Amino acid sequence: MSKNNTLKKRKTVLMQGNEAIARGALDAGVNFYAGYPITPSTEIAEIFSYELPRRGGKFIQMEDEIASISAIIGGSLAGAKTMTATSGPGFSLMMEGIGFAKMTETPCVVVNVMRGGPSTGLPTKPSQSDIMQARWGNHGDAPAIVLYPNSVMESYELSIRAVNLAEKYRTCVILLSDEVLGHMRETVNLPDLSKIKIISRIKPTIPPEWYKHFPENPKYPMPMASFGEGYRFHVTGLSHDEKGFPTNKAKEISRMMERFRKKIEYYIKDIVQIESFFMEDAKIAIFSVGITARAAKEAVMKARKRGIKVGLLRPLTIWPFPDGAVKKYLGDKKAIIVPELNEGQLSLELKRVMGGIWNYEIRKTKNIVELHKNSGELITPEEIFQTIREVK
Amino acid sequence: MPKISQKAIHKFLRHDKNFPHVWCPGCSNGIVLGATIRAIAELGYKKDNIVMVSGIGCSSRMPVYVDFNTLHSLHGRAIAYATGIKIVKPEMKVIVITGDGDATAIGGNHFIHGARRNIDMTVILINNNIYGMTGGQYSPTTPYGDRTTTTPYGNIDPVFDICNLALGAGATFVARTTAFHVIEAQSFIKQAFEHKGFSLVEIISACPVIYGRLNKKGDASAMMKSMKENVLPIKAFEKLSDKQKKGKQKRGIFVNKIRPEFIEEYDKLIKSLQDEKGRK
Repeated sequence: MSKNNTLKKRKTVLMQGNEAIARGALDAGVNFYAGYPITPSTEIAEIFSYELPRRGGKFIQMEDEIASISAIIGGSLAGAKTMTATSGPGFSLMMEGIGFAKMTETPCVVVNVMRGGPSTGLPTKPSQSDIMQARWGNHGDAPAIVLYPNSVMESYELSIRAVNLAEKYRTCVILLSDEVLGHMRETVNLPDLSKIKIISRIKPTIPPEWYKHFPENPKYPMPMASFGEGYRFHVTGLSHDEKGFPTNKAKEISRMMERFRKKIEYYIKDIVQIESFFMEDAKIAIFSVGITARAAKEAVMKARKRGIKVGLLRPLTIWPFPDGAVKKYLGDKKAIIVPELNEGQLSLELKRVMGGIWNYEIRKTKNIVELHKNSGELITPEEIFQTIREVK
Repeated sequence: MPKISQKAIHKFLRHDKNFPHVWCPGCSNGIVLGATIRAIAELGYKKDNIVMVSGIGCSSRMPVYVDFNTLHSLHGRAIAYATGIKIVKPEMKVIVITGDGDATAIGGNHFIHGARRNIDMTVILINNNIYGMTGGQYSPTTPYGDRTTTTPYGNIDPVFDICNLALGAGATFVARTTAFHVIEAQSFIKQAFEHKGFSLVEIISACPVIYGRLNKKGDASAMMKSMKENVLPIKAFEKLSDKQKKGKQKRGIFVNKIRPEFIEEYDKLIKSLQDEKGRK
């Protein structure tokens, strides 16, 4: 970790992706971090261990990833804005805690700097193979909010956004990154602190006897008290009623499950962010996320120079999946190229959305062209460009 | 007898919809709950200022019944959740209710590291020698040779001595008693609450419906009687010959010492950094 960078005054700085995530979270008000070292995410913990005590916040290195996520959920229930960071194997261990945070509607942010898998896999190589795990990793039905930047600047911005979304919608937000994005350095123009929009959970103002920790109506704002504020509420991982007490009644359980879903569904326009690049007149589209989308962008520019009408659609929020944007932008394309660093996770979801359109609505699009790489190497702009030429 | 009347306990319970409780007839968990509440009442702690955290298991159902800030967390993780709460709100009194399987099997790692850090919290560990909630499987404290639903031919696993485990890991207050010695339990819990650092009170308890039935230990009163006879004060235990010690356990306070506490140390660190900043 470079001490100089983290301490420098706000201006244009050369920064690493992991550093940008830590810096963004600190600017968003994260004041408690619990973590466990794992490559390639460790720099995030190192920066927090240095910065938090200087700002009156607290850092702890726990005994494992399960303890880390447990501690940040506990810390969040006590009123802090919390974060932890990990990679593949640690992310698997954190799943029980992620499920608990979703069940108990406790805000927290989990960063997963993706590396090759399965198991110990490729600690020092990038991958995008946790896209599905980020959505479906915890057992049981519960929606996920998952963000994935593609530059160091965006790592900073989405880190702030992840904390804001967690606080706003009272859930565990997952911020994905990958080994290359986490370790590469780029210049970042840090915005003025006063210009950053920071969202914090709304505190209840009603008397304690009326307080329901899980209000029936899943509409924002969803006030949340912390331990020690006089509300004396109960929190459990069991299915519970509005007051948080365990229940076996079908009606109460359904209401709870619907609440988890609806509080995301209602606000999908606020949560989903996409970038469209030369999509207006494109005949061929590339659908890509994270580090691979950068190669895709370069391939698009190269193809455009040669007169090939190709564009790029890149979701910054990958879960909830941007069904609407996908239908709108990709429905009439001749072909969609999906380059990704896994064996077809993003394209699988794309097929789910496009399948319906192709079968019943628009039959113009012929195929989804999958471009996979599972070897720990990046997909190059040249490879994507060649694919564009093939499908043209 | 305790100065706190039985009626006073009701002020600390949630009467809305959480009763009747889940515990079987003859279970010791209610005795421990009573002792815990009386200790709190005697010390005059404010309800708003107490957070009770538990994991999963019979004993871990306790928080739902009490009118504090309560967290019923995941199997084995109570101490990890409590660590996060205590770090963020050090002014709160953090109580962890756990069992033998919860704390020493699935949560063994969090248990020893909590003790090592000496983070200020009180762990009340109700040891009934079995996994009751899942129907009676052997735990790390099921005695050698005992029958459970997963040791149909008798248990061949050696047991954990939970107090020794906590001592070895660095806990600064470690005590053991039984659900029979309820006044002693109340006194130990009270001392543990007043202790600064990681405190453990192990309370040996009776599970007559599952453990007792599977091992022909008799009914609840017979199991209580056996606690009275087989769990002896430290001094009385030491006087016994090796042969007599067999099947018997010690009760009492094994350690009560002061060692730097995690949050105090962290606050010192914050202060020194702020002083350094001030000088600059």
